[in-house]
Amino acid sequence: MNTKPELLVTASSLEELYRLAEAGADAFLIGEERYGMRLSGEFKVEDIAQAVNYAHEHGKRIYVAVNNLMTNELLEDLPEYIKQLTTLQVDGIEFGDPAIVALAREHAPGIALHWNAEMTSTNAVTANYWGRKGATRAVLARELNMDEITGMIGKLEVEAQVQVHGMTNIYHSKRRLVGSYMQHQGRPVDGNDLGLQRGLFLIEAERRDETFPIYEDTNGTHIMSSEDVCILEDLHLLMEAGVQSFKIEGILKSITYNETAVRMFRQAIDQYAQDPEQYEFDESWMDEIRRIQDPERELSFGFFYKEQVF
Amino acid sequence: MSTTEKPKYYGKRHRLAKPELLAPAGNLEKLKFAIHYGADAVYIGGQKYGLRSNADNFSFEEMREGVEFANRYGAKVFVATNIYAHDEDIAGLEEYLCKLEEVGISAVIVADPAIIETALRCAPGLEVHLSTQQSTLNWQAVKFWKEEGLPRVVLGRETSFAEIAEIKKHVDVEIEAFIHGAMCSSFSGRCVLSNHFTDRDSNRGGCCQSCRWKYDLFEDARSEQEWVSEEDAADQQMLQSFSLGVNQKPLYEEQDSAFSMGSKDLCMLEHIPDLIEVGVDSFKIEGRMKSIHYVATVVNAYRQAIDSYMADPENYVLKPEWLEDINKAANRPLNTGFFYDTPDHEDHIYEAEEKAVPYDFAGLVLDYDEATGIATVQQRNHFKPGQEIEFFGPNQMFFKQTVGQLWDENGNELDAARHPLQKVKMKVDHPVRYFDMMRKNNTKQSKSAVKTAVTV
Repeated sequence: MNTKPELLVTASSLEELYRLAEAGADAFLIGEERYGMRLSGEFKVEDIAQAVNYAHEHGKRIYVAVNNLMTNELLEDLPEYIKQLTTLQVDGIEFGDPAIVALAREHAPGIALHWNAEMTSTNAVTANYWGRKGATRAVLARELNMDEITGMIGKLEVEAQVQVHGMTNIYHSKRRLVGSYMQHQGRPVDGNDLGLQRGLFLIEAERRDETFPIYEDTNGTHIMSSEDVCILEDLHLLMEAGVQSFKIEGILKSITYNETAVRMFRQAIDQYAQDPEQYEFDESWMDEIRRIQDPERELSFGFFYKEQVF
Repeated sequence: MSTTEKPKYYGKRHRLAKPELLAPAGNLEKLKFAIHYGADAVYIGGQKYGLRSNADNFSFEEMREGVEFANRYGAKVFVATNIYAHDEDIAGLEEYLCKLEEVGISAVIVADPAIIETALRCAPGLEVHLSTQQSTLNWQAVKFWKEEGLPRVVLGRETSFAEIAEIKKHVDVEIEAFIHGAMCSSFSGRCVLSNHFTDRDSNRGGCCQSCRWKYDLFEDARSEQEWVSEEDAADQQMLQSFSLGVNQKPLYEEQDSAFSMGSKDLCMLEHIPDLIEVGVDSFKIEGRMKSIHYVATVVNAYRQAIDSYMADPENYVLKPEWLEDINKAANRPLNTGFFYDTPDHEDHIYEAEEKAVPYDFAGLVLDYDEATGIATVQQRNHFKPGQEIEFFGPNQMFFKQTVGQLWDENGNELDAARHPLQKVKMKVDHPVRYFDMMRKNNTKQSKSAVKTAVTV
């Protein structure tokens, strides 16, 4: 597998997108809250158009998140939205809901579909199932470990995307959990004030040193991991296995932070591509990331080296 | 409302065309009770691929016996194979599904397309029902699954009545909805709290209900401009306050209860007409881990409500005793989920949970001697002479009485029924029969009543 894997990152704004492009990102995941989930910022259709123009001029790709759990109401607007995205020539859309497969077939044939069912994208048979339904890529669950991921690549008939850095979503409810709690305490708050920017987090009674970001938006309540995954040290294992796309999740991080993460992963990917045999992980890449890491959030291997039971 | 009337059916029950009452059965005994008390179908877990790895779960032999029992009542048995599989789970899947078909299972409840596809291919005799774990909320997705060959979709619990009506309008497919029991507060399948807290995979049956734990809610008081790294802060005295913990601003006060994601339980008993009229085809009760007493009580109440509505929709009235019965087995406050509106602050549980169920399952009727009016009861919880108890059974059988003299099998008088599964004889005020249950209020009675170790 000698093709260079793609370095994909989220962007909260056009400004961030330009900066991360300069830092070395190949592709961007953007979108709007109405159709996509847990985006780091809002890109309306006009913004997506600008992003696509910029990206295509610079040899980069734009993927749009249309991965919400869709309701009947959203179905009314989705055909138009998907058609617009096709017209804009976005490079792919991420989906989780089968409704999108049916809608894309009808309204946007030919658009690249990336299957992303979050924590439930867990095996090759299912990924290939969606492949036969039109998906070209599977976004693997972050709860899979290294052996499962590397073992899966050979069985996949679609590309694999793996998150290599950043936080992950660990719980999503349609309920307004923070707003409800505050109201229960007799101190109601404006629901608009409980979003990403507010910096809310939970601490579980017996795990005082782990902070779990929590926020609300129109899609409900989202709880995020207390750690930031970073598999930079062992990225070569994923490159060896032939993973086609590495994702850096930039939600709830500053542009400067994401820039650094992109630069470090860029170096690793480039060096490996130059000569896999001679490739060596450089500890200074990690140091760069550690230097800007929020001290209240641990950098971890996520589930890459965990054995889970059930 | 005591009755001396003999139940009309035994081993056979008048079944209504629709809707189906679908009950959980954690083991063979619960299956028998659920069906005897009125379930049209039960869903169970096998040894693999189910989401309740802690439940008893059925062997194929037990499934066969369960299916035979169910067939006598014209009832069906479904198996939940609703995990999200990992690659290591795929080996053996075909064989497992074939075996389910062979032992007479009617349907599998599936979330993962890997399992859906395999079932459709290898076990065509099994219906494939889409699990609620897929969090299906819209008609286009429902249509997609119908076209894949699934005759039934269990909707996400977030679907409202208006949305169900819209789905039914667009797609002719059976719709199953949860109508009673505990609920994930997250979108089903979209929660890995257990994975993070305990390394247990929630989507493969390892859920440890972290949503019901207690949390403290904070706000990060650091603004972006103020933020510096720990290393930098350590170098500068004035910045040391930015190190760990200093800038966590609590959003709770001393007297407040902790934050929790735990939801109240669903109960749609008061809204049977709405459910039937919107066209829900199968009414599903949650609770494969629940007791026999719970399953029998809940099934009994819904059976009566559904039958009563179907017999005469115009003059249907909800009987308060159905709700009272439900409350005798409920261990959490109840609500109506997302059917009418998105749950708010009144729909969550923030206070410490009262685990105790108000009534205990005291005994199971094994036999009744008409000549003497003496019943043989298998002890399921401590009881003794003088205590107030209730007998109940299918077909509205219900009466209260006081426990009189007790004898063991050899006729020796007992001062109490102390031993789990002990056979005890006692005089009953009205005829009873096998499968009738005896329960006692455990809140008003003497604290000295020691609970036995039997899990019911």
